[in-house]
Amino acid sequence: MARKFQPQMATGNDLVEGDVVYFTSVGCWSRDIGDAALALNQEAADDLLKRASAFPNQVVGVYLVGALIDDRGRAAPDHFREVFRTRGPSNYPQHGRQAERI
Amino acid sequence: MYQYNDFDRAFVYERVAEFRDQVERRIAGALTEAEFLPLRLRNGLYLQLHAYMYRIAIPYGTLNARKLRQLAMIADRWDRGYGHFTTRTNIQFNWPKLRDVPDMQQALADVEMHSIQTSGNCIRNVTADHFAGAAVDEIEDPRITAELIRQWSTDHPEFHWLGRKFKIGISAAKHDRAVIRSHDIGLRLYRNEAGEVGFEVMVGGGLGRTPMIAKTVREFLPREDLLPYLEAILRTYNLLGRRDNKWKARLKILVHEAGIDTVRAHVEEAFKERRATMGPVRPEILETIAAAFAPPAFEPARDVPPLVGAGLRSWVDTNVTDHKVPHYAIVSVSLKPIGGTPGDCTSDQMRLLADLAEEYAHDEIRISHEQNVILPHVPRRHLPAIYARLKEAGLATANIGLISDIIACPGMDYCSLATARSIPIAQQIAVAFADLDQQRDIGPLKIKISGCINACGHHHVGHIGILGLDRAGVENYQITLGGDGSENAAISEKMGPGFAYDEVVPAVERLISAYLDLRTEPGETFLETYRRVGMEPFKTALYEEARSDAA
Repeated sequence: MARKFQPQMATGNDLVEGDVVYFTSVGCWSRDIGDAALALNQEAADDLLKRASAFPNQVVGVYLVGALIDDRGRAAPDHFREVFRTRGPSNYPQHGRQAERI
Repeated sequence: MYQYNDFDRAFVYERVAEFRDQVERRIAGALTEAEFLPLRLRNGLYLQLHAYMYRIAIPYGTLNARKLRQLAMIADRWDRGYGHFTTRTNIQFNWPKLRDVPDMQQALADVEMHSIQTSGNCIRNVTADHFAGAAVDEIEDPRITAELIRQWSTDHPEFHWLGRKFKIGISAAKHDRAVIRSHDIGLRLYRNEAGEVGFEVMVGGGLGRTPMIAKTVREFLPREDLLPYLEAILRTYNLLGRRDNKWKARLKILVHEAGIDTVRAHVEEAFKERRATMGPVRPEILETIAAAFAPPAFEPARDVPPLVGAGLRSWVDTNVTDHKVPHYAIVSVSLKPIGGTPGDCTSDQMRLLADLAEEYAHDEIRISHEQNVILPHVPRRHLPAIYARLKEAGLATANIGLISDIIACPGMDYCSLATARSIPIAQQIAVAFADLDQQRDIGPLKIKISGCINACGHHHVGHIGILGLDRAGVENYQITLGGDGSENAAISEKMGPGFAYDEVVPAVERLISAYLDLRTEPGETFLETYRRVGMEPFKTALYEEARSDAA
């Protein structure tokens, strides 16, 4: 049986600010993972990476990460490294994206 | 303190202008990321998980008040009000913006600092004994040699593009406080039987994926031959070292694969040529450098006030070391508050340390590879006043050399290479053993934690080493025992299967409990007990008890 395809998102870091960013379905970059475009098959994932890589002077280190989709259709990373990237360092809750949720 | 001459100053400011131009061209799109990446790395600028990280060199860990205050200013103005001292005695800022980095560089240059060669495949910051110039057991200040090496290795055209990073460590004391055998080149300055001062030269040490203890390539090298000999080693490495695989490109792999005798033969052959071409180090150069490291004008002995209060007494017991001048002391300021982040220091704390150095300690500050701050020259009469000021600033934790004085790399809280977190593991262990009386009962114990196999947390030389890995998408921690970073250097041994994130503290507790049962008397340290009884009793405690707890 073919392995179920893991949905993918494209992420990278903003060239000037260094912030974690996600490629959106409207073809721009967002700091909110909730805006991330999801690729649901390999062909779409290849296309997502290609489109996300078209901003070399805005976002660097672009790569695909696996996504888990919850009941409400929201995406979350499927690996702890990427979960940490959505938050910030665990030793300082006042730094990183998690600071906005304090 | 070494003072820049006109050449140094011009060189550093030229580099600032050059990097400013490179940053502008990158932002404007005139440089691609592939072109820019090696340029930013050569200036210590990384892109990490959440932001850029800027690594600044602290040559041989030496600072003064002016430099430390400037680091505090940089932390406040362009970062988030704190810095992280590393195991290479550098400082890292975790939140700079690309556009600001040239201004940060400029601010560094204004106080004779820089970030050159803090990354990339080049000769990195030379580290030395953090008690240099103050230690009872040293024959001379090793920073004289370290500074000579810094001048020689900075921007050396032949060694710009090495196969991998290259690290040199130096000690001039009986006790190795600089882990010199874990370096590509370790230098031990000593006096031979003839009364001559020279170096034991060791090569091929390193931690990381393939940990190795350096082997002696030359038992005694006259000091004036140092630079030709270093060039001979670097040239041998550059010519014979592997470049086909980055994990095999370190000098330690060459020494391991070719054998020390073969490496020695090549080095000695190259040395003949380099020595004939370069000649010995000119005495006037060494004298100029040595003058910069002349001891401060030590004050005469005066009355020392009594140590009043249990807190002060226990801090003096733990954090204060004898100085070569009997009425002086070496103060180690712990950057390991219980539950804090090892090596982190706020800008306010930096300013306080600068004030203390200026007011009481001949304006000398050191950073240790164990991520603490040292005031190397403190008249004993000032200890109570210093303790009181440190305490107010949360810097008086009396745990130097104890179980909560943990080295931890930034791990997956910051580092893009990490495979697991290190910092919270260190925090949790320190909290579990927070009681200082208990820590003193356990005695000298070095726990070192790395968040990946690159081993920036030196776990291979920890008495207890902890290595964080990614096992099938879950953080998993391997525990090793018996490592030693001293003159009896040893690589630790792996115990067995790893532990989940929340199982690490109970695992360490079982090891400590086993040690307390196994030791013959309170004076037998953890490492001594391990060496006497071996791995098995600790393995039993770690795994059998875990199984019985789970049953």
